Amino acid sequence: MHKIGWLRAPLYATLAFLYLPIAVLMFMSFNASDAPFTWTGFSTKWYSVLLHSPLVIEGFKNTLIVAVIATVMAVILGTLLAIGIARYQKSSILEAIALTPAIFPDLALAIGLLALFATFKLSLGLHSVILSHALFCSAFVTAIVRGRLAQIDSSLEEAAQDLGDSQVGIFFRITLPSLKPAIIAGALLSFTLSLDEFVIAFFTDGPSTPTLPIVIYSMVRFGVSPEINALATLVLLVSIVIVIIAQRNVKVQDSL
Amino acid sequence: MKDLESNKERDAIQRRALLSRLIFLVPGVTYIVVLMLIPLGFIFVYTFLSRGTYGGIETVFTLSNYTRALDPLYLKVLLDSILIATITTLLAFAIGFPVAYAITKLPAHRQNLMLVLIVLPFWTNFLIRTYAWIVLLNTQGFLNQGLMKLGVLSQPISLLYKPSAVVLGLLYAYLPLMILPIYSALVRIDPAMREAAVDLGASPSEAFRQVTLPLAIPGVLIGGIFVFVPSLGNFIVPELLGGGKMIMVGNLIRDQFLKARDWPFGSVLALSMVLMLLLLFFIQARINKRILGVNHA
Repeated sequence: MHKIGWLRAPLYATLAFLYLPIAVLMFMSFNASDAPFTWTGFSTKWYSVLLHSPLVIEGFKNTLIVAVIATVMAVILGTLLAIGIARYQKSSILEAIALTPAIFPDLALAIGLLALFATFKLSLGLHSVILSHALFCSAFVTAIVRGRLAQIDSSLEEAAQDLGDSQVGIFFRITLPSLKPAIIAGALLSFTLSLDEFVIAFFTDGPSTPTLPIVIYSMVRFGVSPEINALATLVLLVSIVIVIIAQRNVKVQDSL
Repeated sequence: MKDLESNKERDAIQRRALLSRLIFLVPGVTYIVVLMLIPLGFIFVYTFLSRGTYGGIETVFTLSNYTRALDPLYLKVLLDSILIATITTLLAFAIGFPVAYAITKLPAHRQNLMLVLIVLPFWTNFLIRTYAWIVLLNTQGFLNQGLMKLGVLSQPISLLYKPSAVVLGLLYAYLPLMILPIYSALVRIDPAMREAAVDLGASPSEAFRQVTLPLAIPGVLIGGIFVFVPSLGNFIVPELLGGGKMIMVGNLIRDQFLKARDWPFGSVLALSMVLMLLLLFFIQARINKRILGVNHA
């Protein structure tokens, strides 16, 4: 009974629209010529150029530090908050507050954080980016874990409680294992979000520790180059792979 | 005695419940309050303060930041930004609605695959997705060269660095955020309702207009907000695809904080953006309430 008919046209046109620019970019990253637009032959030389660019390596290291620590923080904060809201304090206001960092314009979050760090005379650097990224990443973890909690039955936890298991025991033996897929997906998504985040990092980072998106920004402002194409291809592939892995645990589209 | 013991036991259980409530809720809530809500309070206070001589803030009360925002120069930037964001949102709806509707007509397993394909680009690096359009649209770029080879164009046309390029970039970035909520609204519609309308003599197109469309409105509104708000505050797309000639309110805010270092004025602009977001959510809630109210009656 599925009749899609002429509706195929907008659907496939939209997919082409979404993927064509990315595909062209990836294709051009293998161009032998350093003329950014003319195809002269296949080469992987721009990828080796990247590996020898100290700025790119440095940016990648900084980004990795930020993404790993911010993700650990986000998973702890987000998971606890999701359980707290689902099991102990059902409140729509609390739920709205928990998700706001994900919905709020990144620019507004960024200037707020900058103002906060300035007021408390906190120096800017990777530590301030980490604190800032943990904020919006935790909101995504909360959303994903909260979604999972709504699906799973709390009767197992209640049964364990009736059988005299302690609160701590219930948490580690029942709640946490049943949330594992959601927590893994939340961690993966918050890792990619942090890896790719530019606006908040741009405001809260210090000048001597640029993250990879800040490095990319300084490069793309000066136009098209084959090195950027190669770097962009790698960064896109990393995100795509991580999101596809996350997708195996939860439906990522439900958590947007 | 027994009562006393069970009382004690109940107290102990309540204490434990309170303790776990605190353990689960306090860290996350504190984090959001300290890093988001209090800073937004700072921004609000800044709007009434003066700019320091060397940047920063001086605690001298003034309303001049607000009057300055009403200067025609800045008002034009604000209105232009609203116009660009509105056009982007309308286009996203015009494209997103048929796409979301088409996905609901696919078999279940294909629906899931399509949704993943639609959201996947959204999770990738925003700067790179925007940059990809420069590669594609540049006068020496892929599209121009291709069209010239095919003989459609005799000389390259300039596709970048104009408002339409900004709209295109924003549309590209946020279209998935329109499709998803419309899709979720559409799949939740009980097919029995449409069948009932047809049984009562409605033609398929009437059933679509009278049943499907109104019930999709909540999804359309959420999608609209999700596209409009980030489009309005975006400064990357106007800078990269607008060629820096196009200034939107996001660029203005960024410049006040990082270049001009006029934080109080930047705060007024940011506040106007946040208030617009709140207003949109308020309107959305009101319309939703009316639609649901009609359905319940």
